[in-house]
Amino acid sequence: MVKFTEEMKKTHTILIPNMLPVHFKLMIEVFRNYGYNMVLLESTSKTVMEEGLKNVHNDTCYPALLVIGQFMEALKSGKYDPNKTALLITQTGGGCRASNYIHLLRKCMDAHFPQVPVISLNFSGLEKDSAFKITPKLGIELLYAVLYGDMLMALKNQCLPYEINKGDTMKVVEKWQEKLSKLFREGNIISEKPSKKIYREIINDFSAIERTKEKKIKVGIIGEIYVKYSPLANNHLEDFLISEGCEPVLPMLLEFVLYCTVTAQVNHKLYGHSLKSAEIMHIAYNVLHKELMNMIKVMKESEFTPPHDFDLLRKAADKYINQGVCMGEGWMITAEMAVLAETGVENIICTQPFGCLPNHIVAKGMSRKIKETHPYANIVAIDYDPGATKVNQENRIKLMLANAKMPKD
Amino acid sequence: MENKKFLLGIDVGSTTVKTVVLNENYEILHSDYKRHFSKIKEAITAQLQNIDKLFPNAVFSMAITGSAGLGLAESAGLSFVQEVHAAFLAVHKKNPKTDVVIELGGEDAKILFLTGGTEQRMNGSCAGGTGAFIDQMATLLDISADEMDEMSARAEKLYPIASRCGVFAKSDIQPLLNQGARREDIAASIFQAVVEQTVSGLAQGRKIEGNVLFLGGPLSFLKGLRKAFTDTLNLDEEHACFPKEAPVYVALGSALYAEESGDTLSIKDIFSKLENAKESDGRITEPPLFESESEYKKFVSEHESFNIPRGHLETYKGKAYLGFDAGSTTTKAVLIAPDGTLLYSYYSQNKGQPLDRIHAILTEIYARKNPELEIAGSAVTGYGEDLIKAGFSVDRGIVETVAHYKAAKFFCPDVDFIMDIGGQDIKCFKIKNNTIDSIMLNEACSSGCGSFIQTFAAALGYTIADFAKLGIFAKAPVNLGSRCTVFMNSSVKQAQKDGATVEDISAGLSKSIIKNAIYKVIRANSPDDLGKHVVVQGGTFLNDAVLRAFELEMGRTVVRPAISGLMGAFGCALYAKEQNIEKSTLISPEELEKFEYTSKNANCNGCTAKCSLNIIRFSNGQRFISGNRCEKGAGIKSTNDVPCLYEYAYDSIINYGKDAKKIENPKARVGIPRALSFYEQIPFWHTFFTNLGFEVVYSEESSRNTYFKGQQTIPSDTVCYPAKLTHGHIESLLEKNVDFIFYPCMSYNMDEGENDNHYNCPVVAYYPELLKANNSRLTDDNFMYPYMDISIRKNVVDVMARSLKKYGVNKKMTSYAADLAYYALEKHHQDIAAKAQEIIALARKENRGIIVLAGRPYHIDKEINHGIHKLITSLGLAVVTEDSVARLVHTPKLHVLNQWTYHSRLYKAASYVTTQPDMQLIQLVSFGCGIDAITTDEVRSILESKGKLYTQLKIDEISNLGAVKIRLRSLVAAMGK
Repeated sequence: MVKFTEEMKKTHTILIPNMLPVHFKLMIEVFRNYGYNMVLLESTSKTVMEEGLKNVHNDTCYPALLVIGQFMEALKSGKYDPNKTALLITQTGGGCRASNYIHLLRKCMDAHFPQVPVISLNFSGLEKDSAFKITPKLGIELLYAVLYGDMLMALKNQCLPYEINKGDTMKVVEKWQEKLSKLFREGNIISEKPSKKIYREIINDFSAIERTKEKKIKVGIIGEIYVKYSPLANNHLEDFLISEGCEPVLPMLLEFVLYCTVTAQVNHKLYGHSLKSAEIMHIAYNVLHKELMNMIKVMKESEFTPPHDFDLLRKAADKYINQGVCMGEGWMITAEMAVLAETGVENIICTQPFGCLPNHIVAKGMSRKIKETHPYANIVAIDYDPGATKVNQENRIKLMLANAKMPKD
Repeated sequence: MENKKFLLGIDVGSTTVKTVVLNENYEILHSDYKRHFSKIKEAITAQLQNIDKLFPNAVFSMAITGSAGLGLAESAGLSFVQEVHAAFLAVHKKNPKTDVVIELGGEDAKILFLTGGTEQRMNGSCAGGTGAFIDQMATLLDISADEMDEMSARAEKLYPIASRCGVFAKSDIQPLLNQGARREDIAASIFQAVVEQTVSGLAQGRKIEGNVLFLGGPLSFLKGLRKAFTDTLNLDEEHACFPKEAPVYVALGSALYAEESGDTLSIKDIFSKLENAKESDGRITEPPLFESESEYKKFVSEHESFNIPRGHLETYKGKAYLGFDAGSTTTKAVLIAPDGTLLYSYYSQNKGQPLDRIHAILTEIYARKNPELEIAGSAVTGYGEDLIKAGFSVDRGIVETVAHYKAAKFFCPDVDFIMDIGGQDIKCFKIKNNTIDSIMLNEACSSGCGSFIQTFAAALGYTIADFAKLGIFAKAPVNLGSRCTVFMNSSVKQAQKDGATVEDISAGLSKSIIKNAIYKVIRANSPDDLGKHVVVQGGTFLNDAVLRAFELEMGRTVVRPAISGLMGAFGCALYAKEQNIEKSTLISPEELEKFEYTSKNANCNGCTAKCSLNIIRFSNGQRFISGNRCEKGAGIKSTNDVPCLYEYAYDSIINYGKDAKKIENPKARVGIPRALSFYEQIPFWHTFFTNLGFEVVYSEESSRNTYFKGQQTIPSDTVCYPAKLTHGHIESLLEKNVDFIFYPCMSYNMDEGENDNHYNCPVVAYYPELLKANNSRLTDDNFMYPYMDISIRKNVVDVMARSLKKYGVNKKMTSYAADLAYYALEKHHQDIAAKAQEIIALARKENRGIIVLAGRPYHIDKEINHGIHKLITSLGLAVVTEDSVARLVHTPKLHVLNQWTYHSRLYKAASYVTTQPDMQLIQLVSFGCGIDAITTDEVRSILESKGKLYTQLKIDEISNLGAVKIRLRSLVAAMGK
């Protein structure tokens, strides 16, 4: 196993897998400013899945298959010199098997490209000896990249289904992607005041898009983090829903970050685990939460629907499931279902890799309870894996939509 | 005719096309129901032409529905309504008093709840129990679905058949057939399996009651299926409604939908729209198998070289050797001269009647053979080995893998890798130092084998040989993926929709089978992983397309003996020759003439497992008993005293605290489910609660019945079987009227050191949450599921004091009880470890091999392990558990995150085994265990790095041990060398 060294920072291109196109592009810009030369992998060719199937145990979850497949495809494509390439993958360290992705990736690299270092992106202090470091300043800039990404994603989904001139929405998204990249380079948007100003400017631009007033069915997309966001994994679910005349509603990426900070606090409360890390995470939570509230506040002033306050999710969770369920996306999935139903988004698609263990409990396991409280909640669980066909998935989603369109008696 | 308006509904399902024409009063004027054999457009056109004749110049409001109609409607620009929704509309109009609708279609199953909260559900991605499933099973029995229906009426008993998916069901049914179970019983059991799939997989906890409407083709044509449903759901005639228009009910719904939201068109308009429908180009294709005719010719001549000389049965004189391979779907036989000259060969489907096949073969040989030909020895292998051996007094029985190696070596003395794809199995083995080094077999969920292609060929109206040939010159083979049959079905459906030809599909299937074998079964990274001298065999490789796909994928030429499909039998014949048998015991021509057999059913009373037995009596007085898990059932007096820790570990948990003094005036009766982590923690909690003055009540011992008890509350049908059983244990405790059920949530398990963390898996950790949410009888009062970290004593003390406060328990008391509980748990571990040492010592004294049967604590549950440990001891090997030896070594160097307590033990146990020359490890994996996708590769690499064999057994609710037996015997054969 090769370590990522200080020298490699200068010589190596770091590849990162695509999960959230909007967010990740912004984050890459941030990393670039800190001297990391990063490239987002955007290939969706069938080779990606084939490489995944060849190189990862086929019963492993679909995201691992795709992520590793995407890396392999890139390295074999000839576009990147394996001697000057490193890979970056996130690692959360929870009780879900996803914590093992990085190890599966390394196993695969050992067999095919032993010279390629694999970098762990984590916030739990794993792998301290790597030259890849998240300094506090870098961390804060990444946070802003996430916030802006979340906002662009939310506004995109609230405009695209309604735009009158095809392409208007994406033009605004692209414009802001570039503009934000530039602002990050200039380095002066990482505090409260400028960010509020930027939020407003973004909102104004989206607001200016000509849109129809028709009422469309809102469909929440929740579930396992990679599958719910990545078009490669979910067969372009957002696009499909828009083509079916719906408005997709996606949870923010920031929610997942907040969820992670809650875990240490919960572990202290339930089991008496380290008070210190609970306190640190509590501070982190407050910082993040304040930023979130800033964004929500600005959005509330507009005609757009702001994302949920994370505290609302925690309260909703308490009605259904203990926050001690914290493997994978844990209680957050249940809470998202509940909050969506409470706020009138009764139609929910719960996406998950086939055989996802935590989702047995938090998704399929909790739908009944949620339906008891919200009889109109219309939840469909869709499994994603290399063998599942689009036609099967879409047929089930269409059934959900037919339910959604039925008059309620 | 006047230009009246009609309503037209077209339902394009996965196997049939249905059309319905209604008048303005919603009366059916015309309806049609026909199979489309995947020629969808043609089938629709034919039905529409008919309608055009009946209603000339009419205008219709029309809409399309159905799973295969979705894409068609889209590309033709016609109205579409989702089929469940269409059914819903029809029910409202035609049977408004209905409470529940059950609809079984070709490949989908659906349920609609209309009262008490409307809900519409379809089967998920992993679910069998549909029309196509019934067809597949009928093909397996070599009868039509109608014949199967008639047969089911004469059933006497039901066998448990896995209903989750067709592949599992098949692996249950095939051995039953081979063992001679009555086909009437199997037919009825198949219908019952469909019902169970519907109840557990679809209803998922909602009761099916009130007026139930049954729809779809299978439910309108199959009486046996209807009966199974009404019986299981306890419905009388008044409440079970089978409408006469059931087959076209959904088409009717789409006609109703058309009234408001359909297109108004004449038949001619519809034709033109259909004609102009764009074929989507969404399908992914691959390069053809052969670029040119000449390339194919070269390929053929290359492979012709691996032939063997042939002689004549009528003219050959002298000694000859007979080999049988009674496979799962085929029967193979060869008769050879001592030099290997082939005198006679036979290869055919056994059509579920292996005894009759062999009888016919022997009759033919005896009739044709030269009087001076002497059958000097005979041997049999395969699923039906025991049955054939008993029935026809065959001299020897050998395990399949050994037979195949013998045969392969004959053709390729340096062979170092053999791959055999048969009807139902993929078997691969590496050869090192003239012995079988490692064996890889396909697991239930990845069986894309020969019988799969065959069923597909039949569904498209071809014989398997013709179908496979079609693929050879396919221009653009479809990429169909390589998962299980159910998925493959929908991949093919999608490919057809996208306009793929039968040729492209045939070639695509050949490629899928190969990819499945290489990447799923062998898990190879490159051709070099296999070996230099590869021999392929098995009936499936008789197809040039499959062979070519394999060579293309591996990038090298391989040896395919001309008798590729007969290798098992050939190996048997070679083996029979080697044995130098003095006088063959094979049934004589005279006895053969009188040969007869009868089969009947019984239950074994040997032990509590009460295995259901199938007893076949032969005219020679021999008896063959199958279905039993141990020797007892076979009528043999038990001589099996091979030491085994599984029984001991199970008893010590089940009987824990049995002899303790009964608690007078208990504070409360606390119920403990015998499930998941409790298979290890019972000593802890029993001690804890009894010392605080509670009476501990256990749930029943697991059985299939336990599963059925809780089936209705299982929300996720792909969770592992051990978790599913938990639901039944909760019901069992509710029956016992305990004051409360105790089942803590535990993210963490005990910290046993040398690890990255000590989690439980998500299912074990949080299952109580799921139980509470899905069983309405569980309340905050009768279900206690506190969160705690059992590795932290103080946390347990605090949490339990809080939880039991209302019973007057305080911290001081829980602290005292916790001390005793931790001690009891540790003592239990030590006791098991000590017993393991005893067993190991005894086994060594008796010169036995030792197997570490490694799983999780709950794998000692007999309903979960299906008595696999008994199978192992019946082969003369001693058995210990993974936890009993894990403490003897340090954690080896690992390439994965070692963060689950139970799984850490697997790595340690594997590491320990590598230090013990007389030990091997077998890993038990429960279907659906996502974490084992990580552990299996790691355990394998620990073992193989030190020259040990890796054997994995995947288990689920299925209880048939045929395939397991083959693996174990192969392992024993390999260990013996």
